[in-house]
Amino acid sequence: MSDVALAANLGLWTVPIAVVGGAIRVSTPFLFVSLGELVTEKSGRINLGLEGTLVMGAMSGFAGAWLSGSPWLGVLLAGLVGIALGALHAGICSLPRVNDIAVGIALMLFGTGLAFYLGKPLVQPKAPTLPALPLGWWSDIPQIRAALEVNGLFVIGLVLTPLLRWALSNTRWGMIVRMVGDSAEAARALGYSPLRVRLAATCFGGFMAGVGGSFLSLYYPGSWNEGLSSGQGITAVALVIFARWNPVGCFLASLLFGGAVALGPALQAVGVTAGAYLFNAAPYILTLVILILSSSSRHRIAGAPGELSVTR
Amino acid sequence: MADRPEPAAWSDRIMEPLAAPLVAVAATLVLFGAFMALAGHNPLEVYRLMGVGAFGSWFSCQNTLQRAAPLLLTALCTALPARMGLVIIGGEGAFVIGGLAAMAAGLPLVDAGLPPLVIQAVMALAGMAAGGALIATAGALRHWRGVNETISSLLLSSIAIAVMNQLVEGVMRDPTSLNKPSTRALPDPDMLGTMPGMDVHVGLAAGLVVCVATWLLMTRTTFGFAVRLVGGNLRAARLVGLPVGPMIVIVTALAGACAGLAGMVEVAAVQARANANIVAGYGVSGILVAFLARQNPLAVIPVAVILGGIGASGGLLQRRLDLPDAVVLVLQGILFVALLAGEGLPRWSEFRARIVR
Repeated sequence: MSDVALAANLGLWTVPIAVVGGAIRVSTPFLFVSLGELVTEKSGRINLGLEGTLVMGAMSGFAGAWLSGSPWLGVLLAGLVGIALGALHAGICSLPRVNDIAVGIALMLFGTGLAFYLGKPLVQPKAPTLPALPLGWWSDIPQIRAALEVNGLFVIGLVLTPLLRWALSNTRWGMIVRMVGDSAEAARALGYSPLRVRLAATCFGGFMAGVGGSFLSLYYPGSWNEGLSSGQGITAVALVIFARWNPVGCFLASLLFGGAVALGPALQAVGVTAGAYLFNAAPYILTLVILILSSSSRHRIAGAPGELSVTR
Repeated sequence: MADRPEPAAWSDRIMEPLAAPLVAVAATLVLFGAFMALAGHNPLEVYRLMGVGAFGSWFSCQNTLQRAAPLLLTALCTALPARMGLVIIGGEGAFVIGGLAAMAAGLPLVDAGLPPLVIQAVMALAGMAAGGALIATAGALRHWRGVNETISSLLLSSIAIAVMNQLVEGVMRDPTSLNKPSTRALPDPDMLGTMPGMDVHVGLAAGLVVCVATWLLMTRTTFGFAVRLVGGNLRAARLVGLPVGPMIVIVTALAGACAGLAGMVEVAAVQARANANIVAGYGVSGILVAFLARQNPLAVIPVAVILGGIGASGGLLQRRLDLPDAVVLVLQGILFVALLAGEGLPRWSEFRARIVR
């Protein structure tokens, strides 16, 4: 019961500390899915099926880690499964008359269904989880140490964010993706195949969503069950719009969403138990409010790729 | 290459809308069969058991119809706005909030001792109003704020489910419901009855009536024509002076009301209480029904029965072949993906023209 005593000592400070720790922990899947979806949307496609990819990533990542004994092989497997689902989305979308939003809904159902089916034998076993970096070593207070137990994937995401921003605006590949997203006609005129670029961009999005899913089953909460995802995949898709298609925005928004999710349990720890379910819904409410504020019926959202159906 | 277009052959008129779904169903049977074979099951045996589980006896037929009843209504939540070119996927939330609102409105009337018919009517209205308000919000946001209706309806749906959990856990909780927080139960005499001659609740009849009525509304009235005009060409609809905004709100409210009514039937005929049990995936399956029925309210009826049958056979597959219940989700997922891929195939008339020539 020393935790309770310490919580009492720290008083209400436990809430912001837990929120920061929770924000870092909870934000990682948001960050990976949104960075991946950002590239997909930059190419002019939206993949709503990332929710299914996330759940498949969680399931296959857990299975890979359990079978191989290495959590990082699990992460890799989750990414590969994500690539396969991304390729499926892009493949169907490249047929004429097919709507990318509808395909996304279908893959959301397909991915979750397949993950639940294949994941049945995985509910019992324990897989090796991803290691954490103890960045709170400088502090004596266990709450701060716990809050700063940072996972390797979060660090990778942190590094990837500026890298992606730089790559999108400065590399040849980044420019091709953005050109296809802003005008498929122009890209075609310059000899690039929009379908092929979108295939690559959707596969990248699938890879990132798969890796983000593996974080759920291999680090936090760190086991596989059917209630693992509470809609992070779909929230992250909307988060990209909130972030105005900017990787740094995605990073900050992921932290914000993670903090919002962590606020409920943090308040519960100091005795505020009312509204637990409403706190769980905080990311959805936040997303909706932000969408309402940032959208307009007269003009497109600033920064939106020209070919993107969802902002038309 | 004829100089003037020939009138469409009768086979074209029948095959045009049916070809793609039929190809999708055939592809699904092959793909899912291969999936079952990989899992070590004889696909033919799986399909035989599904047939038996869905339509093999009077008992299983009734089970199928019982599951089809909510799908009739939740499918309309997607199908009606689709006529206007809107993709709404918030049926699950409208279903849940409809069930919750029905209980919230019904229980005080039960305490007041009003006759069952009055209670049921008020419950139905409350469920429809709540579901309608939820989906109409997505429609209004689309028109006046330009918010994408697919994402907003999904977010609203998640929020509605959280509100249900919150209220059932808090103010509306029956203190005697310990393991699963629930509202108080609707007393037996106030529950919806069954249809004459069968053990299926009257929600089935309600669903059939609403499907036919909305089909008539969409195909045989001026309003329906205007709705299809908005869906076909928004600019033209504005040019002829149609009130696009109010029309979007009316149609999305109607769509949400259908799913809300299904939620009311679920609590008033099946569960008797509102609790986490009503988040059973009827809203999500309804999306698939609507797409498979090509957003046609009349075609929703047979498709809902088929998908109800697939759901009903899940139990038998679980018992006989020891398959996890998620096998139904896999089949639905494959079907949905195949269906959309089928949309990309050449149309029947193009296909036939190629062969005949």
